[in-house]
Amino acid sequence: MIEVKNLTKHYGAKKAVNDISFTVNDGEILGFLGPNGAGKSTTMNILTGYISSTDGQVLINGIDILDDPTAAKKEIGYLPELPPLYLDMTVKEYLNFIYDLKKCKIPRKAHIEDVCKLVKITDVYNRVIKNLSKGYKQRVGMAQALIGNPKILILDEPTVGLDPKQILDIRNLIKRLGKKHTVILSSHILSEIQAVCDRIVIINNGVIAADDTTENLTGRVTGVLRYTARIEGPREEIIKVIAGINGVENVTAEMEREPGAYDYEIEVKEGSDIRRELFKRMVSRNWVVLEMHSDKLTLEDIFLKITMGDEVKLGSTSVSDEDTRRELMDKVSGAVLAAEIAGQDKSEDADAQAEAENENGGEE
Amino acid sequence: MGAIFKREMKAYFSSPIAYIFLAVFYLYSGVYFVLINLNPTGATTDLSYVFTQVFTIIMIILPLLTMRLMSDEKKLKTDQCLLTAPVSLSGIVMGKFLAAFVVYLCAMAIYIPYIIVLYSEAGYMIWSTVIGNIVGLALVGAAFISIGIFVSSLTELQIAAAIFGVIINFVLFMIDVFASYVSWAPLRTVMISIGFYSRYVEFTQGILNITSVIFFISAVFVFNFLTVRVLEKRRWS
Repeated sequence: MIEVKNLTKHYGAKKAVNDISFTVNDGEILGFLGPNGAGKSTTMNILTGYISSTDGQVLINGIDILDDPTAAKKEIGYLPELPPLYLDMTVKEYLNFIYDLKKCKIPRKAHIEDVCKLVKITDVYNRVIKNLSKGYKQRVGMAQALIGNPKILILDEPTVGLDPKQILDIRNLIKRLGKKHTVILSSHILSEIQAVCDRIVIINNGVIAADDTTENLTGRVTGVLRYTARIEGPREEIIKVIAGINGVENVTAEMEREPGAYDYEIEVKEGSDIRRELFKRMVSRNWVVLEMHSDKLTLEDIFLKITMGDEVKLGSTSVSDEDTRRELMDKVSGAVLAAEIAGQDKSEDADAQAEAENENGGEE
Repeated sequence: MGAIFKREMKAYFSSPIAYIFLAVFYLYSGVYFVLINLNPTGATTDLSYVFTQVFTIIMIILPLLTMRLMSDEKKLKTDQCLLTAPVSLSGIVMGKFLAAFVVYLCAMAIYIPYIIVLYSEAGYMIWSTVIGNIVGLALVGAAFISIGIFVSSLTELQIAAAIFGVIINFVLFMIDVFASYVSWAPLRTVMISIGFYSRYVEFTQGILNITSVIFFISAVFVFNFLTVRVLEKRRWS
């Protein structure tokens, strides 16, 4: 269990972390989410005892990291943003060094073998770290954190630099580890957090903007608000028919996606499920529904809402409103985030692109 | 501490640095050994001159041995691994210090064959001088190593660590010489007492001055302590 109480860290005049408090329970996977420079790494560095806080307290399984750093550090496996690898060593030498450094008591050979199997680096075991690809380096870093079977794992952007298959593997690994370990996972990639974590802490400008379970956080703002359907048939008439369905507020169809077929964006009153009715009406007129899906608000939307602070109150309105969205986009600092939003909004192609940037591959 | 010591030893001998260090040391002391002790016209069993000369070379090459010990950790962010492991800061510094010191002792081991050669040829040696020389060289080297590690902890650039290390060593070497130009007595006393060279020369003459022994051991502690403070301070800044 990790308890963080009123943690503050100043770098000169700049407050990197400002009075944050949260608790991570045993066996919980906590997602630590925030844009670049929000204070994620700073917080993690304080939790692991790498740097000290200006003020506040960190308790690792009840041990204050300042009072008894050695005991507290024993409980933690840490993968920093940049894996701390000695490039001149082989994987074998490195993991043995870490084993010694952490003063492990578990039988050496079997333990190191297990860890290697877990993160799938057995095939590079005897190679020099310098010559490994980024993905392998990242996984050696992961292995390093797992040595000694620490109760708490703190992983700072663990999937950076991995290919989609490896990302899936690491995610599954983290999920599996989460059953026995307490895990804090930071990321600015929202889908990743959504896929893995039980609870999410959103941090922005050094303060906590939200702290809730993944479900609640998504639930607070969801409720289907919009459907998208690709229908083959005469555009004007289709719009008229759809608009006639009970619960529909607005219908637009901008681009011809396939010959003769448009994507219809249908905004509905909260809670109205128009899918059956839509299907029946289309069938009765011999128009073909090629695709239909509901657009829930994603974590991206929630994240933006929360980190944009007062602009949009959480859970009150939809961000599908075009003006608000643009306004939000203007304020987004990270280009990636902007791309993600643009992706959701504009087209399937952009969507795929944004997801590629997400390093997500859209597999969830 | 043991893990760090082991790693640093491996790093020294899996890169050219230890070999270059040893080669330069062996060559330099070897030249003086042959020229002075094995000189056909006036061979001597007195190793003092060789030891005295070696002071100049360790002053320059020990910073090369210690330059990357701390600076590289910071640059490659591997210090995150050390500082978040259940090891104390002094354990980290001591591990590194001992690794460099052992490499240095490997260099000093060259005197064993020298002594054997001289003793078997001449059949006699002044042991007090030999022991004094060895103790003195070991102590002054240990002090230079801890200075080198301290300087290395101040920067991320190896080369800067090496250059500043040499400069500090050089100042500590020259301070005795400059002291004779200082007329103000208190300052002169301070300068003489912190200078390394005259204390070291005493050892080479076979005088085991206990204050000098304590002086060098204190220097090791002070600079290792300062290194720990630098690591500590970095966490707080």
